[in-house]
Amino acid sequence: MLSSAKEASPASAPVPVSPNGRWSYLPPSVRRLRRRGPRRRLVPYLLLLPSAAAIGLMLVWPAIQLAIYSFQNYGLPQITGAEPTQWTGFGNFKLVLDDPEFWSSLRISVVFAAVVVPLTLMTGTLVGLLLNRLGRKMASFVSTAALLAWAMPGVSASVIFVWLFDPDGGVADWLLTKLPVWLDGGQKWSGFSWTNAPLPAYTVITLLVVWQGFPFIAVSVLAGLKMIPTELFEAARVDGAGPWRVFWKVTYPILKPIFLVLALLSVIWDFGLFTQAYIVTGELGNRDEFNLGIYAYDKAFTMPPDYGVASALALILTIVLLIITAGYVRASVRQGAIQ
Amino acid sequence: MTRPYARRTRKFALNATGILVAAVTLFPIFWMVSTAFKPATEIESLTPHPLPYHPTWVNFANVLNGSVIGMPYWVFLRNSLLVTVSSVLVSSLVALLAAIAVARFRFRFRTTYLIMLLIVQMLPQQALVIALFLDFRKVNLLDSLIGLSLLYITFSLPVTIWMLRNFVAAVPRQLEEAAAIDGAGPYTVFRKVLLPLVAPGLVTTSVFAFIFAWNEFVFALTFLGTDQSKYTLPVYVTYFFGKGSVDWGAIMAASVLFTLPVMIFFLIVQRRLRTGLIAGAVKG
Repeated sequence: MLSSAKEASPASAPVPVSPNGRWSYLPPSVRRLRRRGPRRRLVPYLLLLPSAAAIGLMLVWPAIQLAIYSFQNYGLPQITGAEPTQWTGFGNFKLVLDDPEFWSSLRISVVFAAVVVPLTLMTGTLVGLLLNRLGRKMASFVSTAALLAWAMPGVSASVIFVWLFDPDGGVADWLLTKLPVWLDGGQKWSGFSWTNAPLPAYTVITLLVVWQGFPFIAVSVLAGLKMIPTELFEAARVDGAGPWRVFWKVTYPILKPIFLVLALLSVIWDFGLFTQAYIVTGELGNRDEFNLGIYAYDKAFTMPPDYGVASALALILTIVLLIITAGYVRASVRQGAIQ
Repeated sequence: MTRPYARRTRKFALNATGILVAAVTLFPIFWMVSTAFKPATEIESLTPHPLPYHPTWVNFANVLNGSVIGMPYWVFLRNSLLVTVSSVLVSSLVALLAAIAVARFRFRFRTTYLIMLLIVQMLPQQALVIALFLDFRKVNLLDSLIGLSLLYITFSLPVTIWMLRNFVAAVPRQLEEAAAIDGAGPYTVFRKVLLPLVAPGLVTTSVFAFIFAWNEFVFALTFLGTDQSKYTLPVYVTYFFGKGSVDWGAIMAASVLFTLPVMIFFLIVQRRLRTGLIAGAVKG
C-alpha cells in the first residue's frame, strides 16, 4: 500500500506496442530493444549471473555448510587433517542442549530482544511524532542529530559507551553519584563497574542499541506520517479525541504495516546482535555475559575450536532468525514490495 | 487572548523537547570528540568536565605516528580505503546489472530471486563467518584484503540490488525507446540514457555499500586475525582498546579519525540518503 509514485510510473505499465499484434512499423533499433526471441530471453539471466554467483557462493553455500558441519565432528584434528571428519548424527545438538551456557546465552538473547525492541520502537515513534510537529528548521536539526547517531559505526559507538560507563573517570558513574538519594544516586556509584555482571552490561548495551536504533524508526515513522492526509487528524480532533486517542485510533491503524516491518527488522537485528555485545562485554572475556551469537563465535574461534558444535549453535541462531524473516517477507509481499 | 498564548507555550514546549532530544542524541559523539582533546590528567580525573581545560593534540599525534600500537594510523586507513573503495565500485556495478534484470525484464525466476534477496539479507554474519572462515582457509584468502573485499561485495549486494531496482524502474522506458528510435544500440542506450538517470540512485546505494564496508567488524576481526599490518580501522580501534591499561585519549582520537569520514560523507549526501533509507524501510 505504500508503493511510491515511482512504481506507478509508465515504466511498469505494459508496453503499449501492438494493439493488433503487429509492430513492424517500429524502426529496427526499437525492435531490438523489445526483442522477444531466445537471445532476449537470455539477457536477464546473464545480467543476474555475477550477483547470483557471488551470493550463491558466499551467502547461500556457507549456510548449507553450517547445516552439514553441525552433524559432523569438526575440530582441530579435522582442520589439520590428522583425523577425518565423521558424521555424528545429533551429537553436537545434544552437547549444546546439555550445556548450561547455551541456555544462559539463549535467555540473554531472548530477554534482550524482548526489552530492546519495544524500547527502540517506542522511542523512535515518539521522536517521529515530535519531528512531524516541529517547524521545518527544528525538525531538520533534530533529525540530522538523530541520523548522526544512526550513521555512527557500531565499533565507535560501543567504544564510546564503554568509556562513558568506565569505572575510572566515566561520566555515567560521576552523574549517578551526584543524583539525590531518592533517585537511587549517591556514593555507591563511585567506581561502579558496569561490565562485570550481565545485568549492568546489558543495561549499557540496551542504551547503546536504542541510541543507534531509534533514528531509523523515527525517520520511517515520519515518512509514514507525512502520507496520512491531515483531514483525518482534524476530523478526529473535531470529534473530541485527545492526542492519545488520535494516535491509537488514526495513526496506528494506518501505519500498522510500517510498524510490523520495523518490529520484525528490529527483532532480527537485536536478537542476533554481535558487534556491540562483543565489545561491551569485554571481547569474549566474560562467559556469563554471552548472548547466542557470541557463544557460537566463541565455540568456533577460541582454542580449541569446535566447528561442529559452533555450527550447530549458528544453525539454531540462523533458523530462529529465518522464522522471523519469513514473517518479514510475508509482510513485505503484502505491502506490494515485490512486483 | 489566551489562545495565541497557549499556542506559543506549546510551540515553545515542542522546540524545547526537540533541543533536548538532539542534545541527548549528540552527547556521546560530543563526549568522544571532547575526550580526544583532553590531556591524560583530565581524562583520569574523577570529576569529568565537558570541555578540556587544556586542549591538546597529543592523543591525535600518538595515533597518527603510531606510538601507541607500533604502527601509524595511515596503514589502517589505507587498508580500510582499499577494501571499501574496491568493494563499493564492484558491488555497484554488479548490483546495477542485476537491478536492470529485475526491473526491466520479466523472466521465470524473477520473483524467486527477489524473495531470495530478502531472505539472504537476513542471514546472520556471525553464523556464516564460521563456514566462511573454513572455506577461505582452504583457498588461502585469510589475512587477505582481497578476500575481505569479496565478502563485502557479496554482503552488500542484496540491499543494493533491492534499492537500485526502484531507481531503474523509475526511469521511463519511453526515454530508452526514444534514443533507440534515433538509432542508438542497447549499449549506447545504457550509457547515454539509463546510466545518467540512475546515477543519483547509484550514489545512494554506494553510500550504503560504503558505510557497510567501512564499519564492518565481524569478518575483519576473524579473517585478519594474525596479520596486524592488514587490520582495517574497526579492528584497529578495538585492538588497542583491549590491551592492558586503557589509553582512552588515544582510543577516542582513533575513533574520531575513524568516524569522521563517515560523518562527513553522510552529511553531504544526507537528504538523498534519507529518501533511500525510507525506500529501504518500506520496501525491505
